[in-house]
Amino acid sequence: MADTLLDIRNLKIEATTYPPGEPPQDITIVEGINLTLERGKVMGLIGESGAGKSTIGLSPAGYGRGGVRLTGGEVLINGRDVLKEGPAGLRNLRGKAVCYVAQSAAAAFNPAQKLMEQVIETTLLHKLAKRPEAEARAVELFRQLGLPDPEHFGDRYPHQVSGGQLQRAMTAMALCPQPDLIIFDEPTTALDVTTQIDVLAAIKHAIKTTGVGALYITHDLAVVAQVADDIMVLRHGKMVELGSAQQIIAEPKEAYTQALVSVRSIEHSAKAPTETPLLSVDNISAAYSNNAQNVLNSINLALSPGQTLAVVGESGSGKSTLARVITGLLPPNQGQILFDGQPLPAALKARDKETLRELQMIYQMADVAMNPRHTVGTIIGRPLTFYFGLSGKVRHQRVLELLEETELDASYIDRYPAELSGGQKQRVCIARALAANPKLIICDEVTSALDPLVADGILKLLLRLQARENVAYLFITHDLATVKAIADSIAVMHQGNVVRYGTRSEVLSPPFDDYTQTLLASVPQMKIGWLEEAIQTRSTT
Amino acid sequence: MNLFVVRLIAQRIALGLLLLLAVSVLIFVGTQLLPGDVAQSILGQSATPEAVDNLRRELGLDQPAWVRYFDWLGGMLQGDLGTALSNRQDIGQSLWGRVGNTLFLAFWTALVAVPLAILLGLVAVRYQSRWPDKVISGSTLTAISLPEFFIGYLMIYVFAVQFGWFPSVSTVHSSMSLGERLHAIALPAATLTLVILAHMMRMTRAAILNVMQSPYIETAELKGLRSFRIIARHAFPNAIAPVVNVVMLNLAFLIVGVVVVEVIFVYPGMGQYLIDHVSKRDVPVVQAVGLIFAAVYIGLNMLADIIAILCNPRLRHPK
Repeated sequence: MADTLLDIRNLKIEATTYPPGEPPQDITIVEGINLTLERGKVMGLIGESGAGKSTIGLSPAGYGRGGVRLTGGEVLINGRDVLKEGPAGLRNLRGKAVCYVAQSAAAAFNPAQKLMEQVIETTLLHKLAKRPEAEARAVELFRQLGLPDPEHFGDRYPHQVSGGQLQRAMTAMALCPQPDLIIFDEPTTALDVTTQIDVLAAIKHAIKTTGVGALYITHDLAVVAQVADDIMVLRHGKMVELGSAQQIIAEPKEAYTQALVSVRSIEHSAKAPTETPLLSVDNISAAYSNNAQNVLNSINLALSPGQTLAVVGESGSGKSTLARVITGLLPPNQGQILFDGQPLPAALKARDKETLRELQMIYQMADVAMNPRHTVGTIIGRPLTFYFGLSGKVRHQRVLELLEETELDASYIDRYPAELSGGQKQRVCIARALAANPKLIICDEVTSALDPLVADGILKLLLRLQARENVAYLFITHDLATVKAIADSIAVMHQGNVVRYGTRSEVLSPPFDDYTQTLLASVPQMKIGWLEEAIQTRSTT
Repeated sequence: MNLFVVRLIAQRIALGLLLLLAVSVLIFVGTQLLPGDVAQSILGQSATPEAVDNLRRELGLDQPAWVRYFDWLGGMLQGDLGTALSNRQDIGQSLWGRVGNTLFLAFWTALVAVPLAILLGLVAVRYQSRWPDKVISGSTLTAISLPEFFIGYLMIYVFAVQFGWFPSVSTVHSSMSLGERLHAIALPAATLTLVILAHMMRMTRAAILNVMQSPYIETAELKGLRSFRIIARHAFPNAIAPVVNVVMLNLAFLIVGVVVVEVIFVYPGMGQYLIDHVSKRDVPVVQAVGLIFAAVYIGLNMLADIIAILCNPRLRHPK
């Protein structure tokens, strides 16, 4: 085994928690992990949040995030145990043998320094090259990674380049000192699909040409299948399954892996639009200030009662602005909205209580959409009191019903949001929206912050509730898989325009317009070689 | 430098001037509201109704308030600070020398205190929750908790009386050389340093600790950088704005709030001059000094804003 780069043996990782009112407790986060990586190979680490994938991924750098301690086993890089290194030894390892690519490059770059300074910092610090040589190497990497104007790219500040470019710059930063191992921690998760595909291709190309070994951490199996040679599936800090990428996606052995592979298999037969729509958006244009450019251009959409209209688009497409216009947070500068046949007052303040009640909203970030100092019972109970004047036992009873409808245990009524998981929080938010007994719920990226399996559960719940309560959803998302799962009709938005609109089958069947084509082709598929095919088709069309 | 930043800075300066104008109105109105009649108080025992009338006319007090305001403001703009009522001397002449003394003391204090505070802040972050941090935080907090007259007298007792290194009376005059002056102001400067150190040091520490939570600090750690380099190169540049604000507030304090220290060390600065004339109910002096103090405050805060704008790469280099 001369070419073994990384050898993790029986790794144990612990942390200390401080439960209120109790003495501190040591808890085990990761246990019994064994992993070997050969030079130039890529190992994918996959799992839900809390699976310990980032914690394990950072162990070759000898780094424990937020007080996490690497307490047992061995992490050998080139035969040397990282866990036995002192501070000086670790400094010598980090940025030289082991480099890190973070999830959000936008946050991981120092906003006050030019990109070039940051990219070559470790190369200079570890005296791996002199400045001119390091800069030349960085420019070459910028070129390899397909960054625009590579000679001058490094003169820019992080805020001056796009998210996808920053992620590539971060990869360049990791490659610059010519390390043996790079840890990619969800490098494409924060990107739009059409950007993700480019970054993914750039990363894969860079790994191949430089022969660097890599740990690739993600929650998206379809993505990791494109770059990894082997995949380790993790859950609750333990290994579930380890195998080649091919084996994991084609013949998963464990039940959990099978669930991951078959996620997003929701079947839902689309309903045909009815004669009279519940919501109709007529020729709406909007801008964020009087003389600013329009963020929405003449939008026309209709949503039938009890159905789902999915508005899909990438960041900056105007889909969230549309939600703000419909909810009255941003009065449009042109057009009108009809709700249940009646014109909807443009401004929120002009709407009566009944209109407010009929139109509810669920947000992406469930944690910040709830008052952390209210119990679940209070959170769900407030709209009951506000709209229906319920109180006391009647209100309590209704809250219990809503909890049951959203498949939450009755005991949750006394809990605080902090005591709930991400999926449970979102269920409480759904229950709160349902409490108003609305005709329309605007769902703004409600599953984006959730793990795939949890997100699936939420989508199924929303579909069941729709069948029972006949509530309509305006479902805003960037995720085409979600759209396919639940939409009756679809509007594709791009740069403030609706570029494609119709029933689900109309929108998702050819012939496609260019943008929808690109969007559909950019959604990672659960098969090896998809990335190459997609890049290939894109360059030929 | 781009047009956007220039416009932003011009906006700040215009706003500062407007604010200063508003403050001038406030000062003028405020001093008008003071109880008692100036003429009456000048004449004191010899205030016959006739004499008071004459004096009022002479001082222009028979004019309507807004006329007097514009006269006063016009004079101020031309550098004429008016005449002191108590001794009939030109305020400008007696004040400028004292302003110079105050600025001299403030300048040398700031030159020591600001870098020292920031350095201590950086060190406190580097050894967060360990003994250097605790010693720095504890001692600066003690210094700020003690009243400045106590620190002042303690300094005098130790360094002037016991050791005899520095004079206890910090009189400076124009015939002294720079070295002699510095020697004279050593104790008041040290006292003031102790007073303002804690604010700035604690703000530096808090602002940097806040930035230390950012993901780019983790990036820097995973680059294998030394702690001090991380703090100085990656954290501090992003924590400048709040630090500058506190620094400026303390600089303003050094100019307008040093009365007690000036009195203890018998330093011929502006504060003592103001106190003398307030007790004599010398309205023109109070107005003039008040306006100078306001200008210092507004000017320094404006400077803090401008520095914060210039330190923000997003404003300096727009997309």
